[in-house]
Amino acid sequence: MIMTWTVSVDRGACLGSGICAGSRPDVFKFDGHHGTPVTATVDPDEDVLDLADTCPSAAIFIHDETGAELAPR
Amino acid sequence: MTVAPERVHDYPFNRPEGLDLAPAYRAARTAPGMIRVQLPFGDPAWLATRYEDARFVLGDRRFSRAAATDRDEPRVQYHRGNGGILAMDPPDHTRLRVLVASAFTVRRVERLRPRVREIAEGLVADMVAHGSPVDLVESFALPLPVQVICELLGVPAEDRHLFREWSDGLLSTAALTAEEFTRNDQELSAYMAGLVAQRRAEPADDLMSALIAARAENVDRLTERELVELCVGVLVAGHETTATQIPNFAHVLLAQPERFAELRATPDLIPAAVEELMRFVPLGATSAFARYALEDVQVGAVLVRAGEPVLAAIGSANHDETRFPDAERLRFDRPETGHLGFGHGAHHCLGAALARVELQEALRALLALPDLRTAGDPVWKTEMLVRGPRSMPVAW
Repeated sequence: MIMTWTVSVDRGACLGSGICAGSRPDVFKFDGHHGTPVTATVDPDEDVLDLADTCPSAAIFIHDETGAELAPR
Repeated sequence: MTVAPERVHDYPFNRPEGLDLAPAYRAARTAPGMIRVQLPFGDPAWLATRYEDARFVLGDRRFSRAAATDRDEPRVQYHRGNGGILAMDPPDHTRLRVLVASAFTVRRVERLRPRVREIAEGLVADMVAHGSPVDLVESFALPLPVQVICELLGVPAEDRHLFREWSDGLLSTAALTAEEFTRNDQELSAYMAGLVAQRRAEPADDLMSALIAARAENVDRLTERELVELCVGVLVAGHETTATQIPNFAHVLLAQPERFAELRATPDLIPAAVEELMRFVPLGATSAFARYALEDVQVGAVLVRAGEPVLAAIGSANHDETRFPDAERLRFDRPETGHLGFGHGAHHCLGAALARVELQEALRALLALPDLRTAGDPVWKTEMLVRGPRSMPVAW
């Protein structure tokens, strides 16, 4: 069984730096003035964890299928 | 349909003395499409002056920084430094950026706030002990971010007189000889390589040691040269812009005493004031770091052809009335967010969270001086990519 991760962005916290969408447009897009996930789930991907860890507003959250928060770490 | 020959504007528009936004930007924003500009060196470029266009170009991966390496990049200075991660595209850029960015997250930086406040208050106490007037740049604006970035990175702050000279040389637009430019670059790199060697022997709780550990863990993730360049980049970028914005903010606030009084009465407005001042102050003497289109891309009314460079005029975008109504007015209750003062997209300022804390704590510390006022005209930097006072006499 392949685990998938859930990607979410806290729009209240997002400051619209655009780092996520500018780095991984396959995972994030820019919607109005906020970053937002392209799809609700992604395959496990270390780069996506890194982007969540280093989002300047700590607005990106990654959860696994058990609901455990993987990032930000 | 025939298209009139495009007029190419000489650029940059802004004068280095002062913080005014050149009127040519307003004209460009109200004209359809983007305008063509020619800098003193390099390819002619498109200039995005409107908020939507500038943000789009900065945020879209079809516009490449890495592609500028092999091109005659539009620029104001003859010499081209090593661009570091600012000359890279994702995923290489992301690989290096995250190594450093983990030290600059909101959570990590908030833990530094008490120390930043202590340094800022200490510098103000030294100013008071010295007595009016003092040069705000040398006494406060420069030592604050220098001390903070030195402690964070692991560079001895007492070496400031050494690396300030090299750092100035790297960011200068002055007509340095090739020899002078290269010597600056090499001396700063050699200095940093020496510190890296020391830290490798004796690790400490700082970013340099963390980067050394990251390389020890996976040598493919970070080369030795990249490690040294990242440290140089963090040191240079980590103090120059903040050291410039502190006197710029003071300059704007002292010219609008009612805004300064508002902050004094309601210090809770300081974070909002920093955001508004980041929007309001057009820091750049020029637009820089052109993005080259990797394919044909429509930007507003203009089809940018593959291989053409586009510059984003951040100061202009931040004064675009369609995004920021009443843009020329400084107001701390502005509801619009998303200024481009820290850039946008993959290259958004790595140190933005730290800069915010430093700028907030700088304003907080300066508000403690009763009746802070100018004590003479500032002397403006004239040969740097950023605009701001080189010296600024103040009294209280």
